[in-house]
Amino acid sequence: MQGKDDTSRRTALECMLWAGAGVLWTVRGGVPRSSLLIGGAEAAEAHASGSSGGFGFIQISDSHIGFANRPNADTAGTLSEAIGLVREHRDQAALLLHTGDVSHLSRPAQFDTADQIVRGAGLETHYVPGEHDVLDQDGKPFFERFMPGARPGGWYSFDQHGVHFVGLNNVMDLRPGGLGRLGAEQIEWLEDDLRGRPASQPIVVFAHIPLWTVARDWGWGTEDAERALSYLRRFGSVTVLNGHIHQIMQKVEGNLAFHTAMSTAFPQPAPGTAPNPGPIRDLPAGRLRSLLGITSVREVRGRERLAVVDTPLGA
Amino acid sequence: MNTCARRWIPALGCALAAGAFAVAAALTAARRPAMSGHGAVAAAPFVAADAAAREAVVPIENFAFAPGTIEITAGTRVVWINRDDTPHNLVGADEPRLFRSPALDTGEQFAFVFAMPGTYRYFCSLHPHMQGTVIVR
Repeated sequence: MQGKDDTSRRTALECMLWAGAGVLWTVRGGVPRSSLLIGGAEAAEAHASGSSGGFGFIQISDSHIGFANRPNADTAGTLSEAIGLVREHRDQAALLLHTGDVSHLSRPAQFDTADQIVRGAGLETHYVPGEHDVLDQDGKPFFERFMPGARPGGWYSFDQHGVHFVGLNNVMDLRPGGLGRLGAEQIEWLEDDLRGRPASQPIVVFAHIPLWTVARDWGWGTEDAERALSYLRRFGSVTVLNGHIHQIMQKVEGNLAFHTAMSTAFPQPAPGTAPNPGPIRDLPAGRLRSLLGITSVREVRGRERLAVVDTPLGA
Repeated sequence: MNTCARRWIPALGCALAAGAFAVAAALTAARRPAMSGHGAVAAAPFVAADAAAREAVVPIENFAFAPGTIEITAGTRVVWINRDDTPHNLVGADEPRLFRSPALDTGEQFAFVFAMPGTYRYFCSLHPHMQGTVIVR
């Protein structure tokens, strides 16, 4: 079952969130589409084709190790559960991305705990920082531990199975009243990094704060993203993966497909449904795990598409 | 104590009746977990003898500095207390940057003494939509 338009895609996503199922998200010939993963022969077929062959990786986000309030007093426990899920998918994944807020307060013990748990996945792991990770010494402890190969400002790129990955940092040097921010130096580096690459190469951009404006009042966006995105528009398949907002949201803009991941720690409210973006504290019993989870992404050879599947920790 | 500063004191409790300066003593440890308002004052180990000490308290609640703008006299010490279950910090918005607090977890606090008259804007760098102003007369 493929979403025929934005409305059906949104409806599907809402259903998925509350049903605790997953979303298969595909890019075919530059046209991204979403599919439900519950029921229906077509959905089953789509899922099967999305999980056979090709190259895949997994995204986790917002583990907030150190947070211990409602609705989750055990963020290390839920991160461990998420990593257990990653291990189940490990044969289909070549690497793991963590899109930031690894820790709650940038404390060394929180970094230690997260590092130790994530290593349990047994996968090559690439990180970008969240604003909670760079509270000390301009992020130096985070960069040294989790991003040893990155540029001094905390951004980098690499190639894996022909896919070009770009890790960006949009959580530093934020301005009063502003959104996330990349800064001129990083954007110029991105322009250089992408120059000369064939438009047919799939691109995966990952950064903590969404690169599209989800909720300006809550700072859920990146104020100078447009210039960065202008260098990406010529590519046939660009997948932009973010965290920060602790819920699944997606948007398609030409060949750019934006997708935000669930947290492994706690859900946050949808924009406009709460007075502030703080954790959703009052959840019905047993509901927490349906709102936490991981994201799997696959490239299927010969089909020029990336499939994005979100899997919650529980129903 | 100037009348504007006095408006913020009730957030911490009934210290004014005791001479107002007990509040300052209760808050000397910038990162000490805050106790409940009345308890904090009652538990203060000493009463500051310095009659010049002035203090204003700005709670951080519901992703906002409450209130967003305060007026104080030069030399007043401003204490922010995080009452949210989400960490926040305080960062001077103007260059050169006057202060930058560590991240304050729930119940933690940060203090800064504003020595010179002026208008000082600040924000939370974790949630930049949270902004405040301190006007020093």
